Amino acid sequence: MSVRVLLPNAFQKHTNGAKEITSSAGNLPALITEIETTFPDLKTHLRDESGQVRKFINFYVNEEDIRFLGNEKYAFQDGDEVLVIPSIAGGAFSAGEVALRGADQQRGQCHCCSYCGQEPCCCGD
Amino acid sequence: MAAAYELRCRECGKRYDNAPLSICDECFSPLEVAVDLDAARKTVTRASIAAGPTSMWRYQALLPVPDDSTPQTPAGWTPLLRAPRLAERIGATNLWIKNDAVCLPTLSFKDRVVAVALENARRFGFDTVGCSSTGNLANAVAAQAARLGFKTYILVPADLEPAKILNTQVYGATLVRIDGNYDHVNRLCSQIADRYNWGFVNVNLRPYYAEGSKTVGFEIAEQLGWRLPDNVVVPMAGGSLITKIRKAFKELVALGLVEDKPVRFFGAQATGCSPISTAVKNGADAIEPQRPRTIARSLAIGNPADGVYATRAIRDSGGWAEDVSDVEIVSAIQELAETEGIFTETAGGVTTAVTARLYAHERIHPDELTVACITGNGLKTTDVLQGAYEQHAAVRPRLSDFEQYLAERSEENDLVVGGAYVR
Repeated sequence: MSVRVLLPNAFQKHTNGAKEITSSAGNLPALITEIETTFPDLKTHLRDESGQVRKFINFYVNEEDIRFLGNEKYAFQDGDEVLVIPSIAGGAFSAGEVALRGADQQRGQCHCCSYCGQEPCCCGD
Repeated sequence: MAAAYELRCRECGKRYDNAPLSICDECFSPLEVAVDLDAARKTVTRASIAAGPTSMWRYQALLPVPDDSTPQTPAGWTPLLRAPRLAERIGATNLWIKNDAVCLPTLSFKDRVVAVALENARRFGFDTVGCSSTGNLANAVAAQAARLGFKTYILVPADLEPAKILNTQVYGATLVRIDGNYDHVNRLCSQIADRYNWGFVNVNLRPYYAEGSKTVGFEIAEQLGWRLPDNVVVPMAGGSLITKIRKAFKELVALGLVEDKPVRFFGAQATGCSPISTAVKNGADAIEPQRPRTIARSLAIGNPADGVYATRAIRDSGGWAEDVSDVEIVSAIQELAETEGIFTETAGGVTTAVTARLYAHERIHPDELTVACITGNGLKTTDVLQGAYEQHAAVRPRLSDFEQYLAERSEENDLVVGGAYVR
């Protein structure tokens, strides 16, 4: 059983230019672990400070968003094509990540504002 | 800041020189343009803006385009109209319509974002541009790319309204119908933009493109006599417009061009595709993607790119979001046309119906200055009105026949209960 995994250009800085891999992972968590094992440099970028995969990163199986297929419960089929695509302008992230983001700002790791674009923020967001 | 504007990651803050890039290579989060407001403060005044062209380019100093750009398309500067008759119908007293149904050159607010995107496509040296689109963007890219001499590839869901397909092909664009919904099209475009050296306005040019939406906010403030409204009602597809109107207001405050005041933002969606309004109503920070099923195809984005930012903007402002059924959308299109003489497309029906509901549910006080944003033209979605009006038999060109026709009509009208129009 193998699936073809296509990686986005944004990953290539951390994958020595590799654009795709073949994986025998059975599901999404196993696939992510395999990607991280294959490309150790990618790991810190792929996950946030709490160790969660960043929710800006979307996974598609063939033509469907994996969230419509059961997400982590979906069992990959032989010949599946998995696309990894970052959200272009945003995406869904969890309450935990929002809280972390706020904590980062307090620690001074994040300076800009999503709305006014200023550093420091001039709009109170 | 070295240039008048640059790219920054919305999440980790990493800064980037200007480039056709939309994703941070450190944390894979979206990039956004940051305009150097300190520099702008020295040159931008109400008078300097008033001396500019009667188009969105009067705000060129606040947009991410090169200083030496001479933009070719007169997008923007659309009417801001009082809407007293619609207001009376829905229980408001201070309602205004920002009417981008007449935005040039292709009759939707997308002309604004495309104008900024293509100025940057030129700057970055692309000879081919494209987009994924639910229709209005396709029209805007096709028309403006023709004027600027770009080759154009436009990808749309196969079931798009015929008028929007025709209004793209007429400009000579290569239109590719994709067997899927907008989210499928958008995903494919992300892959194409990774593979081909093309400028996709809403993919690799998206940070620049999105800034064009700020001009809706700039214009609302200027047309109100340099003041901010109390409330804004905005249709939401990808969710970008509502965040950018908010950003525009914040920039005007930062520049000292308007007095600061709280503005509440209200989002409008169709119930058949309502991932953002659902998140707002449920108090959720995450967007759950949906499979769209609505006649409001220009809003049919089940996995909205800016959904989480739109949710945050609405919540932080003290606003709310609502969604309405397809039947309500059609009724609202008719209501806006009958009361204010504005024929909007389905997205405008969504905005109008949601606005009515916000008053009915007392989310908006009747006296508050409220602007509803109409973003597209009804001539593009006439299919939803098929069968809405009976075609009577042709009247012979004789006065007696005409009078008979009037008498018959009068009898029909007498049947309407209490003389009120009942739909």
